[in-house]
Amino acid sequence: MFVTVLFALLFYVATAILLVGLGVRIAGYARAPAPLKIPTTPAPTTRGGVVLRMGTEVFLFNSLFKANKWIWLFGIVFHVALALVLLRHLRYFLDPVPTWVVMIQPFGLYAAFAMVLGLAGLWVRRIFVERIRYISSPSDHLMLALLLGIALTGLSMTYLWHTDITAVKLFFTGLMRFEFNPLPLQPMLLLHLLLVAGLMIIFPFSKLLHAPGVFFSPTRNQVDNPREKRHVTKVKWMTASERPATGGDK
Amino acid sequence: MAKFETPEIKDETVDIPALQTGVMSHSKPYVSQDKFQAPLGFPGELVDNWKDVAINKLGELLETNRALQVFMDSCVKCGACTDKCHYFLGTSDPRNMPVARQDLLRGVYRRYFTLPGKYFPKLVGATDLTEEVLGEWYSYFHQCSECRRCSVYCPYGIDTAEITMATRDIMNAVGVGQKYSNEIIGKVFKIGNNLGLPQPALADTLLGLEEDVKDETGVDVRYPLDEKGAEVLLVTPSADFFAEPHVDGLIGYGKVFHAAGISWTLSSHASEAANFGLFIGSAENMKKIALRIREAALDLGVKRIIFGECGHAWRVAYSYLNTLAGPFDFLDPRYPVPQHICEFTYDLIQRRALTLDKSANDHRRVTFHDSCNVARASRMGDMPGGQFVIPREIIKAVCNHYYDMAPDTIGEATFCCGGGGGLLTDDLMELRVKGALPRMSALKSVVEEHGVTHMAAICAICKSQFAKVLPYYGFEMDQIVSVHQLVSDAIVLDAKQ
Ligand code: SF4
Ligand code: SF4
Repeated sequence: MFVTVLFALLFYVATAILLVGLGVRIAGYARAPAPLKIPTTPAPTTRGGVVLRMGTEVFLFNSLFKANKWIWLFGIVFHVALALVLLRHLRYFLDPVPTWVVMIQPFGLYAAFAMVLGLAGLWVRRIFVERIRYISSPSDHLMLALLLGIALTGLSMTYLWHTDITAVKLFFTGLMRFEFNPLPLQPMLLLHLLLVAGLMIIFPFSKLLHAPGVFFSPTRNQVDNPREKRHVTKVKWMTASERPATGGDK
Repeated sequence: MAKFETPEIKDETVDIPALQTGVMSHSKPYVSQDKFQAPLGFPGELVDNWKDVAINKLGELLETNRALQVFMDSCVKCGACTDKCHYFLGTSDPRNMPVARQDLLRGVYRRYFTLPGKYFPKLVGATDLTEEVLGEWYSYFHQCSECRRCSVYCPYGIDTAEITMATRDIMNAVGVGQKYSNEIIGKVFKIGNNLGLPQPALADTLLGLEEDVKDETGVDVRYPLDEKGAEVLLVTPSADFFAEPHVDGLIGYGKVFHAAGISWTLSSHASEAANFGLFIGSAENMKKIALRIREAALDLGVKRIIFGECGHAWRVAYSYLNTLAGPFDFLDPRYPVPQHICEFTYDLIQRRALTLDKSANDHRRVTFHDSCNVARASRMGDMPGGQFVIPREIIKAVCNHYYDMAPDTIGEATFCCGGGGGLLTDDLMELRVKGALPRMSALKSVVEEHGVTHMAAICAICKSQFAKVLPYYGFEMDQIVSVHQLVSDAIVLDAKQ
């Protein structure tokens, strides 16, 4: 029971930090003005065009594709796999499990391997490509280790040391109703959950902020229409300095 | 100045160099002095509590510039941008890789503005702000031409130019400015243009141009200054008034206006399209310079504003002028404010309103250098990418022989000339020559393959930079031409009469 309570508290705390931390960062991005029009051109001239541009960035990593095919390949394999794996995990939280979640289960399994492959590819590049090694801090390596650790402990439970999935599900669905149901004391499971909680906690303080960040990036989300529509924001330097005496501003 | 070797052109594409850490750390432009700092509202020398001032300034910029906040947080060190900067390709110094340049500021951001940076600085690459760091800022943030090439390739659109501008703004706030840019801005405030040409000198120059054109063509083409009631105010970089090949472009604009029968004027108050406020990341100063154009337009009672050939000037004009000095509801609403001279000429060509004799340029085989600020920070016409189409269509309308350089060196992927962003100064000659390597390589391959003789550009900085740098790579300085110089040579004046 001690471990169950510990993990229950850990997940409450991790969730709170993730949500509040992200909320604070996103609020910061949203609150800060984008005083000038700085889309990287050629850029869409309509809102719809911007949605499309953002879509190709978020789902296809368009700019990255232009930049470097290897990083793109490993990057997209990892992210798509991660998305599938996350969706697959919904079955531990939802009751009844929606049909589509049931249907993606087999893909989710392959995805776990793809995730490992993508992460390994990225790590190999980080270690062996001189330029990328130069720009890496210890935290960049640790982040990959953390993600790889999560993927490998997860896989090990599927193939090597099975765990009592039903009990795990009861634990998590219970947490959502503030009930503590016993967590199986299986080392791999505990390690897996510990790493996941760790990831949730560092998310709002790390480069994982690229996830919300991309949507707020003015070079990608601005409409290219400065001549057609005057772009004004309330920043000090815009409003403070005086207008010309002869100004046509009424 | 220290001796340096011009890099060797090996191939059409520049190989990614092996890293040579710190080989460019000696490159620093002259530091500004009190007399150049004061007019811009900056302290004249390093202030005593400079660390606090710098951190406060960074905090203020983060709060007033969403891009900076997002860019500081979002970089995942993927490395996609590492081989995209011409200064890295030309110098091999890894600090010239865009992400490494950003990290010079990001390290400080992390240290003072993020939790992990406060408690585990080593782990996340956070750094204390020290004199050494300030020195690195001064060196490497003056090795970025703010060309935005890196931002094209970054999955989050992180634009190192924005980070360079912010850091230069912070450096000015603590009293460490760059002499070249700040002295020039002072001249604009005092006299009206970067070169410090007063009204009488301008008038003189323009009169001289009228005489030259008359001698050459027998036609009275006017180059008016401060003429009230003209339809168009032309704002052009002051280099157009005398530098080669810029002035041939200005002659061309005059001929186009003449052929179109549209009255126009230059203004001595706004005798400068360039706006170095952009380069130093100072919105206040950029705005002050931009307002001169509004004042001139109102004073002269014009109906339209057209900009001459200048890259960053067109960025400020196209993207910012409306914000900084608008609204322009007193101008003729039928035309975009402002317009680029290329849009104006292109429109005339499409309407067949110009008589052009292409054969006049038959001695030239031409390629076109997309200037970075036009390519990646502005537009021409009403379609995205018009900034690539319109100048090329103009050239093709006035020249029989046109050849593009390799696709990954033009358009949105264009390489900077090596002298943009406030680096066009003799104290940075080594950097300028080395930074030109990718463009020079691309040029060399069209020279060899298609016998290209001239490279046309629509940017005053590009033109000056190439005139200086071409000879280092075995070309002639006059192989760089203005687009409107080509127009000027092909245009047949008064043909209809
Ligand atoms: S903006 Fe241009 S000069 Fe600056 S880092 Fe990026 S590519 Fe290099
Ligand atoms: S491409 Fe963008 S995210 Fe990747 S290293 Fe460069 S700046 Fe960072």
